Amino acid sequence: MSVVAGSVGASTASLRRARVMGILFLLVGVLIVLVFGLGSEGGVVSRLGLNPARAETLFRLPDLVLPARSTAFLLGAVCAFLGGVQLSRGFERRVNLVIAIVLVLFVFAFLTWAARDRSLSLLGMLQSTLLRSVPITFGALSGVLCERAGVINIAIEGMLLTSAFTASVAASLTDSLWIGLLSGAIVGGLVAGLLALLAIRYQVDQIVAGTVINILALGLTSYLTDQFLQRNQELNNPGRFQNVPIPGLSDVPILGPVAFDQNVLVYLMMAIVAASFFGLFYTRWGLRVRAVGEHPKAADTVGIRVLFTRYRNVILGGVVAGIGGAYFSLGAVGRFEEGMTAGRGFIGLAAMIFGRWNPIGAFAAALIFGFADSLQVKLNILRVGIPSEFLAMAPYLVTILIVAGAAHRVRPPAADGKPYLKE
Amino acid sequence: MRLQLKGVTKRFPGLVANDSVDLTVAEGEIHALLGENGAGKTTLMNIVYGLYRADGGEILLDGSPVHFGSPRHAIGAGLGMVHQHFMLVPVFTVTENVMLGIESTRRFGFLDRREAAQRVREISQRYGLEVPPDAVVEELPVGVQQRVEILKALYREAQILILDEPTAVLTPQETEDLFEVMRSLQEAGKSIIFITHKLKEVLAIADRITVMSRGRVVGTTTPGETSEEELAAMMVGRAVRLRVDKAPADTRGPVLEVLDVVVLDDRGQVAVDGVSLTVQAGEIVCVAGVQGNGQTELVEAVTGLRPIASGSIRLLGRDVTGASPRGFLRAGVGHVPEDRQRDGLVLDFSIADNLVLNTHGSAPFARWIVRDDEAIRAAAQERVAAFDIRTLSVEQPVATLSGGNQQKVIIGREFSRPIRLLVASQPTRGLDVGSIEYIHERLVEKRDQGAAVLIVSVELDEVLALADRIAVMYRGKILNILPADTAEPERIGLLMAGSLGEGEGPGG
Repeated sequence: MSVVAGSVGASTASLRRARVMGILFLLVGVLIVLVFGLGSEGGVVSRLGLNPARAETLFRLPDLVLPARSTAFLLGAVCAFLGGVQLSRGFERRVNLVIAIVLVLFVFAFLTWAARDRSLSLLGMLQSTLLRSVPITFGALSGVLCERAGVINIAIEGMLLTSAFTASVAASLTDSLWIGLLSGAIVGGLVAGLLALLAIRYQVDQIVAGTVINILALGLTSYLTDQFLQRNQELNNPGRFQNVPIPGLSDVPILGPVAFDQNVLVYLMMAIVAASFFGLFYTRWGLRVRAVGEHPKAADTVGIRVLFTRYRNVILGGVVAGIGGAYFSLGAVGRFEEGMTAGRGFIGLAAMIFGRWNPIGAFAAALIFGFADSLQVKLNILRVGIPSEFLAMAPYLVTILIVAGAAHRVRPPAADGKPYLKE
Repeated sequence: MRLQLKGVTKRFPGLVANDSVDLTVAEGEIHALLGENGAGKTTLMNIVYGLYRADGGEILLDGSPVHFGSPRHAIGAGLGMVHQHFMLVPVFTVTENVMLGIESTRRFGFLDRREAAQRVREISQRYGLEVPPDAVVEELPVGVQQRVEILKALYREAQILILDEPTAVLTPQETEDLFEVMRSLQEAGKSIIFITHKLKEVLAIADRITVMSRGRVVGTTTPGETSEEELAAMMVGRAVRLRVDKAPADTRGPVLEVLDVVVLDDRGQVAVDGVSLTVQAGEIVCVAGVQGNGQTELVEAVTGLRPIASGSIRLLGRDVTGASPRGFLRAGVGHVPEDRQRDGLVLDFSIADNLVLNTHGSAPFARWIVRDDEAIRAAAQERVAAFDIRTLSVEQPVATLSGGNQQKVIIGREFSRPIRLLVASQPTRGLDVGSIEYIHERLVEKRDQGAAVLIVSVELDEVLALADRIAVMYRGKILNILPADTAEPERIGLLMAGSLGEGEGPGG
């Protein structure tokens, strides 16, 4: 009898969750209709731009011109419909996809409302989403490489910062962006070497070691900036990598200008995402790395060098973070500024968790953070009536929400953060 | 391949783990290495396998000396080891685990999973080792995981297999299957070193038996020439009583009544699934079953450590459902937990403090809020003597004691209170035969004094030795409760594997 009670107890919990989801979809639909629909004056249109700023493109798309009010009504109705289906029939396993769809619909409805009676370059937003996700992706990949081998890396922020500084100075001194990039990568690797030494050799608590490195990086770069760069501006004037459109691909509508008309660091990021994904899950190298991160003793007994693997991966992770750091000074801003990474390393860490320690997942998560970031900038420009200070909190708020929601459902590598002791 | 060890010695700080050990394992032989926990069997095999470096002596393979700096060398020379704690990556598939370290690859180091899976299939067919190559290891039962471990060694073309306590985690039926596999490996000319402390198994499967005690080889024999009693005496160094003498139970009314209890585990899954059980004063009820079938959660429920999802628990007729651990303690429940070092003791505290862990708050060990150190020390000295705890001083941290003496500290603590119900989980796990003997006697003595005793054990021999009634637990349910005097081991073994006899429904 109680057998039945037990299994019923388990299924009522999931049933309740399914119901909550359905109600949530319904509420989102109602919200869209009430706020964005009734909040828009009748007859007003929103213009969403789909073309790049530069004039000459092979295919020119017409701008998306939408009646603000009826668009909101339509989108709200779709959300409500999805909620109804979820409540009556249930999407079961595909519910996560539906959550994503509802989220996208909500955001789109919001943008249409925000752009009512004005025009907003949707393409520009997508471009800046990708750009803002670049350093986060590099940070997340750095974390993936370290943690898949079993070393927690919360020093990503510090690595980004030191290499951003180094890349700027080296490029200014040598007048070569490439040497700047290389120096940034090397310094990232060196900082990671310090983390590896503390974590692997001396078995310092890895959170503490990472925190120390972050503080060191912030202090050191700020001090050096104050002491030298302020007075010698020529040391901090590296220039920037220019965009290199990829012939053919860059003319594809929407995707072309977003993904294939970028600077070399963005392409490098995409290459590293792909390489680390295939490397981790389809090669001998990756199988061994993951074995070390999951069950180092098992790896040891079949002859895999656990400590070597960890040193190598942490340093590799440092190099990747170093390239990400160089992006700040050489890819985005064109100079080094104190504390310019502004927590992007930590957001990268969140992207890694949300992306389930998978490079592609991490990249997708970084895009969400990048979108939140670019959204707040756009809203600031559109003056939607929310103080800019609050808008600037958007990416961090999204981080907290996502990590809080995802943290208990994802499983890190089993030996993550645990030093390996040979008896 | 023939393996010879000559004078192998290994010292750890403060003890000699292997003292000039000689051992010869012939080709195609199943050689049992028998000894108590701490006798040095595993250390010896870790040396052979290249995990430890010997301080002296030599290892010969087919007559020529070898030096293994790491397991990689040992594997290369044709050795394979199945560790007591499996060396499998839980989130990998069977094939991934088997190929790890000697992966089949295509160009650029890309894995060739298909080829590897094909070889896994071939080997499993050849030796009757059924495994699903694409299943994720953590989703497989323990017996199958063990086959994966053996397959891993065979995949590396091992000629000599070392199996470290392979039957500790298996049901009797799974053990039979394992023996079947061992015999087919033997026919294929492989040598097997079978580490164990179970006498019956040694006699059933081994060609030759080497007995170790305190780091030394104390003798080599064959099953035909020896008996359980003789082997036990060799292991311990004196004659041992293998059976516990006890009078028939004199039951005096129910103490613990568990009714339709459902308990969830840490992941929120149903671990105890509608169990009902009564333990009477003056009887020992043993819960038999393979590890991980809900016994841990059941024990935690009847000691108040884990809330129950539904059902009720009564103690001496009083409803204690939902009471706190302290409530259970005060109601007269004594608990000998499964993991003595984690849940039974505070390792850094002294023996004296550990002996009063659940009574230090009240008289005679405290006056108002102040400890009475004098009373605590005096009581400790008394108990150290009464429970034969071997130590120089009661002020020593309990961590410095051997496992057997640590267990005696817990027994001493629980038995010094007026308890009506004793719940003991794996009370003799990892202990030497001498300590097992002692603890078994005290458990029976407690029964005879009129306490109700509930014991959880995965060792069938222990269950058969102690129980007045045997409850077999499988997947959270009690399949049947049998009186011990008529219970056949085979029947219990079948129940432990979840198979009900014909025409029977779940009892209890």
